[in-house]
This record gives sequence, structure tokens and C-alpha cells, in this order.
Amino acid sequence: MADFLQLIISGTATGAIYALCALGFTLLWQASGTINFAQGEFVMLPAFVMLFFINTAGLPVWIAFLLTCLVAMLLLGYTFKRAIVDPLIRHGVIPLVIATLGLSIGMKQLTKAGVTAQAMPFNSPFPDGLLALGDFKVSYADIGTLLLAGLIVIGLQLFLNRTVTGRAMQAVAQNTDAAKVLGINVQRMVLYTFLINAVLAVVAALLVTPTYLAKFDMGESIGLKAFYAAIIGGFNQTRGALLGGVLVGVLENLTGAYVSPAYKEGVALLLFLVVIIFRPEGLLGKAEERKV
Amino acid sequence: MKRLFRNSAAALALAACGVAFAQQGPVQIVGLMELSGTGATAGTNFDNGVKLAVKEINAAGGILGRKIEYTSMDTQSAPQTAKALAQKAVDQGAYVVMGPVFSGSFIVSMVETKRAEIPNFTGGEAANITQQGNPYVFRTSFTQSTAMPKLARYIKDSVKAKSVAMVWVNNDFGKGGRDSMSKALEAQGIKVAADISTDPGQVDFSAAVLKVKQSNADAVFVYTNEEESARALRELKKQGYDKPIIGETTLTGQKVIELAGDAANGAVAHVGLTVDAPQPAIKAFDEKFQKDYKYKSDHNGMKGYSGMYVVKAITEKVGKFDGKAFAKAMHGATIRAKDVPGVLLDVHFDDNGDLDRESFLVKVVGGKQVVTATLPPVNPIQ
Repeated sequence: MADFLQLIISGTATGAIYALCALGFTLLWQASGTINFAQGEFVMLPAFVMLFFINTAGLPVWIAFLLTCLVAMLLLGYTFKRAIVDPLIRHGVIPLVIATLGLSIGMKQLTKAGVTAQAMPFNSPFPDGLLALGDFKVSYADIGTLLLAGLIVIGLQLFLNRTVTGRAMQAVAQNTDAAKVLGINVQRMVLYTFLINAVLAVVAALLVTPTYLAKFDMGESIGLKAFYAAIIGGFNQTRGALLGGVLVGVLENLTGAYVSPAYKEGVALLLFLVVIIFRPEGLLGKAEERKV
Repeated sequence: MKRLFRNSAAALALAACGVAFAQQGPVQIVGLMELSGTGATAGTNFDNGVKLAVKEINAAGGILGRKIEYTSMDTQSAPQTAKALAQKAVDQGAYVVMGPVFSGSFIVSMVETKRAEIPNFTGGEAANITQQGNPYVFRTSFTQSTAMPKLARYIKDSVKAKSVAMVWVNNDFGKGGRDSMSKALEAQGIKVAADISTDPGQVDFSAAVLKVKQSNADAVFVYTNEEESARALRELKKQGYDKPIIGETTLTGQKVIELAGDAANGAVAHVGLTVDAPQPAIKAFDEKFQKDYKYKSDHNGMKGYSGMYVVKAITEKVGKFDGKAFAKAMHGATIRAKDVPGVLLDVHFDDNGDLDRESFLVKVVGGKQVVTATLPPVNPIQ
């Protein structure tokens, strides 16, 4: 039983990181109809920027994290929107999907050629050690991950539901034309979404890189799993992304421990297939109808 | 008629000049290296080792008076790319091919070098590389079937473990190691309590480590590539694993220690080569490597470096640049470090291309490899 609980906790911690990325997917989709297949690389790049601030500039990890948030908001939020999304979105989703796939390859190759092809160590921001309650043991790293990811998610939900700006963002997500009529600055609200997505990517980088190690291709796995998680939970629901992420993380852990670690990587894909076949709108998603 | 004779003579003279120039020009050696992908750590180290040796050999006048022109190409850690690049190396007229380091890539690419009768050195450890009757294949490290019995004896005699959990990577390197280790453990009467396969490039080892803990084995044997080894060590520490952690070569490599940080402390491994060995030639190599590359070489850097000096020693023994004669001379060759310091340790090659030499048991203490024992060659080097 202690092992089972431990698996659930560590799986939820891993799932929370997937959920942060998946949340970015759903936010961008709702606000601007953007599917960002470079989401994994949006996690990879901040990892290297943080390493630069920590190793080269000698800054403490939390200062490096805050500075990286600023850099990410500028590069992965503002510049991404203005340079790639704005010019392409008027041509539909497909050109944008292809552009983000290209961006993903470009970011990986640039990092490989310009920084290093080798993995680099990244220390956990949380203390080492285990919290033991009888037979049940959980690492401080997992507890820290759960707390930080939880705080970010709760903070984001409060922002979206309890502030005027958050409600305006939701209005844009639900009906852009109606939002315009109400006098909401749609472009600004969309920009806010991109900035939030960039910060979520930095948080995911801070939490996942100690395990994944900083490497140019570290985003492949997390990007793919976050995409699966978003689809599983429901691409048009932020709550869906959270559920999808945690579900994938926990089921991966249980499969690895009770079936075989060899099948662990296939869990997200299997779940994705089942959901796509039997409930295409996702577990918490709403079916959207379109007129032809 | 006279003019025809004169023109023919001139053409012949020109052709002769061309041949002479080709023979006196630089000798082509090509490296097929994992410079990116999952093998980037191993490949980059091996490549840097070769480059250092080439620099030294060229500075000392080259081989038989000819400079070496070394070109390394990136296999991206992918067997199909390695095979295509091996064909390219053949087309370029390589005298010797170094690498790939990954066994899976090498097994595929060596077909091309064998067809062209070009000697090919590998950093791979998979036992089946030298069991396919390829006379042009030579190792720069132990085969798993040599290394694992040494390690199994250590587990029985020093660790006194009665059961071991095995975590291995599901590629040619890992499968070969797992098979050799299973046999070696069985021969020592040690039970394999858990047999856990992991994926190449795997990032999350939480389930694998939990399986290790559930098995209640007396020790864990980790046999994965560098980055995965570091991730496994980090996860073992994260989950508070407190039994002996044992590996073969990669587990205590310099890059693994750097990536794993404190989590590497206490890990024990059998290593064929380590810069922390007490031999003067190895100390000298360590200093030169650090001076050139600003970091400490792992065993792969030493494999590339010593392999290049083996090429020099055997070519000079043969007296000409002839791949066939080189391969013939390699079988049964013994090279001593006192004659060729670049080989680092006395080394003997058998008829399959496998090598034998001293090896070391190391333990990671305070983030550094500490040699705890020097193990003799399997057969004394005459």
C-alpha cells in the first residue's frame, strides 16, 4: 500500500509538470486558435537560459528563474506571437501547425549547434531527502513540485475567474466578436495568453530539468505528452489539461511499476487513442459544432 | 611517332607524380562519431581523444613520415546514418575508420568497412561485435564477455550479495551486457531478483527504481548509457535507495558524475580505463586532455586516444599503409606502454579483435573516481 501511495504521489508530481505544458496548449488554442507544436522546445529553451544565469552569471536559482520568466515572455510570448502567429493565423490552423513544427526543429538545431549537443546537469530547486511517514516515503522534490505546480494552477484559475483581465481573456476565448463589441482589447488579451504560456513553460522547465537534464532534445518527450494530455482532458478546457496531465503521469507510474517499465512510454499514446475513438472532445471537453 | 612517344612519356611522368603525391600526402582517417543524439557524450569524448592523439602524432612527424588527416562525421547516434557515413568513408579512401562508439551503430556500419577491407576500431562493448568473423574489426575497450565475469566475482567476493536487480538499456549495448552479466552472475551462484529493461534516452526512472526496491535484492546493477545512468542515479538517490549500486564502465564515467552530481557518490564500477588510474602514461594523458579541452576525459576519450596510437604502432610495424596487412598484423599483436606510451597500458589483441589489458575497480567518492583495485589482464600479457 505504501508503494502504491508513493507511486500515486510521484506520478501526480510528474503529471503536474505535463499539466503545466498542456495548460499552455489549451490556453493558446482557446485564445487564438493556435496549436503550438514547439511547446516542448518552449520548455527546453528556458532550461538553458536558467543554466546561463545560474552557471555563468552566478545567480541564485530563484533569481535566475524570475529573469528567465522575463526573457521567455519577451521571446516565447511577445516575439512568437508577433513574428509567427500574427502573420500566419489569418491563413488558418494548418500553416501555423507547420510553422510551429519548423520552429521546434529550428530551436533544437540552434541549441545543438550554438550551445551543446550534450546533456547538462540542472540541480533541483528543492532540498534532497525523503519525508518518511512509517513505510510511506516521498521525496521533497516531489512535494515541492506538487506545491509549486499547484500554486501556479490555483493562481492562474483565480486570475482567470476573479480579475477583470482574466474574465476579459475568457470572454475572448469564448467569443471574440462579442468581446470586441463589449470593448475588450482582443489583441491585448491574446498577448496576455501568450505571456502566460511562456511563464508556464519556464515553471515546467524548472521542475522537469533536474530529472530530464538540460539537452537540446529534452522537449520532445514532454511536448508530446503534454499534447496527449491536453487532448485526453479536453483541448477546449483548462481543467481538462490538468486532469489529462495528472492522469498520464499517474498511469505511467502505475504501469511502470505493476506491468513493466518497458510499456510505460506507451501509456499516454494508448490513452490518447482510446479517448480520440470514444470521446473525441476529451474527458472534460465540450463538443464544438461547426457549420459547413 | 617521336611526338607520340614524348607525349606518352610526359603523361606517364605526370601519373607517377600523382601516385607519389598520393602516397606522400596526408593519410585519411575517418571518425564515425555520435556527436549528437543519445550517444553525444560517448562520441564527443571518443572523438576528442582521437583528435588529441592525431595532433600529437602529426607534431612528431606523422606515421611513416605522412601526416594524418582526420575527419569526424556525426552519426547522430542513428545506425542508418552510421552506415551511410561508413560508405562515405570508404568512398573517401579512408585508411582506417574509427567508430562508431555505439554497438548498435557499429554492427550495422562495419559491413561497409569490411567490404572495403578497411580496419575499423570501435568503442562498443557488445559481445557480438567480434563474434561475426569480421577480420577488420578491433576494439578499444573490453568486450562484455571479458568485463562481466570480473564484475560478478567482485559482487560475490567483496559485496557478498546473494541477489542482484539488473537495470539495463534495451539496445545492442544493453542487451549484450545483460546477457553476459546474467551468465556471469549465474556462474557465481548469484540470483537475478529483478530484470528491468529501460528505453534508450529514457528520462524518467521512477518506476524502474521502484521495481528495484520491490525486488529486495542485495544490490543493483545499472547498465545504461551515460545520460540514462545519470538519471538512474539521481532517481535512486531521490527514492532513498541505500544498497550497493554497481555498474560497468559507464556508471562512473566523468560525464555521468558531472550530470548526476551528489547522486553518483558511492557508486562502484569496473572500468577498463580511467584517468584516475595511477599509471604515469595515463596521468600524462589526463593533463594533456584537460589542457586542450578544459574538462576531464571519460573512458571514451581514452579509448579514442589509445586506439589512434595502436593504429600508429601497427602501421609502423607493417611498414606501409595497407589495410589488409594492418588487419593481419593486429591479430595476436601486443603493444607495450613503455614502447608506445600513447596506448596507455600494455595491450594484447586476440584473433577476433578483442583486447586484453589491466582494468580497475573504481568508487565515486566526493564526486571523483577513486581507484580501489587494479585487476590483472584475463591472460598475462607476454
